[in-house]
Amino acid sequence: MTTTLTNSSGDAPPKTARVRRSKAARAGGQLHAGPAAYAVLVLFTLGSLFPLVWTAIAASRDNNRLAQTPPPFWFGSNLMHNLRIAWTDANLGKAFLNTTIVAGVSATTIVFLSTVAGFAFAKLRFRGRNGLMLVVIGTMMVPPQLSIIPLYMMVAKLNWSDQLQAVILPSLVSAFGVFFMRQYLLQALPDELIEAARVDGASSWRVVWHVVFPAARPAMAVLGMLMFVQSWNDFLWPFLVLSQNGNPTVQVAIAGLGRGFTPDQSLIMAGALLGTLPLLLVFAIFGKQIVGGIMQGAVKG
Amino acid sequence: MSRHDTAASPVQDRGAAPGRGPAAPAPPADETHRTRLSRRWQRDMRWSPYAFVSPFFLLFAAFGLFPLIYTGWASLHTVELTAPTDMQWAGLHNYTRIFDDDFFWNAAKNTLTIGIISTVPQLLMAMGLAHLLNYKLRGSTFFRVAMLAPYATSIAAASLVFVLLFGRDYGVINWALHFVGVDKVDWQNDKWSSQIAVSSVVIWRWTGYNALIYLAAMQAIPQDLYESAALDGANRWQQFFHVTVPQLRPTILFTTVVSTIGASQLFGEPLMFDSIKGASGGTDHQFQTLGLYLYEQGWVNQHLGRASAIAWTMFLILILIGVVNYVISRRLRASS
Repeated sequence: MTTTLTNSSGDAPPKTARVRRSKAARAGGQLHAGPAAYAVLVLFTLGSLFPLVWTAIAASRDNNRLAQTPPPFWFGSNLMHNLRIAWTDANLGKAFLNTTIVAGVSATTIVFLSTVAGFAFAKLRFRGRNGLMLVVIGTMMVPPQLSIIPLYMMVAKLNWSDQLQAVILPSLVSAFGVFFMRQYLLQALPDELIEAARVDGASSWRVVWHVVFPAARPAMAVLGMLMFVQSWNDFLWPFLVLSQNGNPTVQVAIAGLGRGFTPDQSLIMAGALLGTLPLLLVFAIFGKQIVGGIMQGAVKG
Repeated sequence: MSRHDTAASPVQDRGAAPGRGPAAPAPPADETHRTRLSRRWQRDMRWSPYAFVSPFFLLFAAFGLFPLIYTGWASLHTVELTAPTDMQWAGLHNYTRIFDDDFFWNAAKNTLTIGIISTVPQLLMAMGLAHLLNYKLRGSTFFRVAMLAPYATSIAAASLVFVLLFGRDYGVINWALHFVGVDKVDWQNDKWSSQIAVSSVVIWRWTGYNALIYLAAMQAIPQDLYESAALDGANRWQQFFHVTVPQLRPTILFTTVVSTIGASQLFGEPLMFDSIKGASGGTDHQFQTLGLYLYEQGWVNQHLGRASAIAWTMFLILILIGVVNYVISRRLRASS
């Protein structure tokens, strides 16, 4: 699975770009990066990573050490202790389970619905196709935050507060997902493949199942990861409907840690670290594919 | 496993297809069967596209469009958080209340300034980074993934860490600043510095992501444009400004629109930045955004009707921004 991913989404664009650029170098265009370019890039990399590393450092100290100058820049011995307390204090076990369920269901559904809809927009002919696609893109411009009050009323009416379906249901579609899959299938799924299946008498649904899904698998994996990250980090809506008692997502739990009356900073950092680690792991393993996916989704707008 | 088995079946079918081609004479029984099949086929070709796209539109209608419109309806009523289903007609009262409220205008101003402080440097840096990443680089994948790491960090986690980093007495940033002779900055209570601090969370989380988007667009620029520019004697800087930037115009517009929408909705970062005051955005509301003001009115002061009026106002502001953007982009296209 990893190899198909790398081939189709991670590697291909950089490779062609590299070939082109070496030609340009001869023509006097863009060249190898000089030391100054590397210096700036390293600086920004440090800026990107420092807060994350420092979270771990602060989580390995105690509250007293964090109230001294100069601030600590190396690990202390308190990490395990803090992680354990943060885990129980913030109910993180439950929170991880909840977030995994929410993000898993949401990402899977989005990937599935987006692939089917993206296929229709990319490869099927029907009246109103372009207009509907414009509507999809238009919905990207409407921030979901503006819809929260009626949603909150609905949740209150249905007695759904503190229940996971209140968070899951509004997050089952993504206009970006539809757009992303459409762009991918436009270039990755040859018309002949669909024609061939049609000639054999395959219904549209069979075409989706036997032709589209296999062809779209790499993009589906990337979209799934992007949506999982987004759902994992979603804050406002879970914060509103899950914060009452005892059934939080990870983000709600972490936010709760910060709002104690006598905040223990090292504990808060331990919670932040725990909440971030799973995604950082995903990025460490699939970073290349995720980068490729973001770049692929970006280009052909 | 099973998927592989079934995936192979169309290929087998195709092998068998010539056998039952249209040329072969068919018995009459088969004829009716075939017309029935072809009718089903037509129905399938005609309606299945709509079936495929309808889940998106149904779910969006239920959880996006309907609530958005209903927000407008609720904004004309008095609704309290304690009894969210009990609505009483109030006309435009909610709107006059918020337009008379100094905190609304304060929040609007803060949203604008924080939006500018967080968006402009972010996109400029992203553009520069993309340009550097577009060079032939050793370890380019590492740089890209590392710059995307903040994107993996949640708003809650990032804000909590930045609160500490920006601490007045023991924070890393003030400690670093004292080496260049800057006195302790009160990143939380001072208006401008607190807005800069809140913006820096946004900048940190999104710069790498936008750099990748610019990079993707840069790689799609046809190379011969650079070659002919080079033949005309343009140096690297001139190539950047006369080839790269104009070619990126649609992407720049896209990222600007997305960042503007994001900035107008800013909520989590300012909420978490003051753990005690929370919804008021600092002791003097110095970094309270419209999103936070909405939350304060709706969930702290428990006036959902008034919060709806704020949401609807924000929506109208967005439409206004959209129209302005459209006009500008048409002007730009006309001029180029």
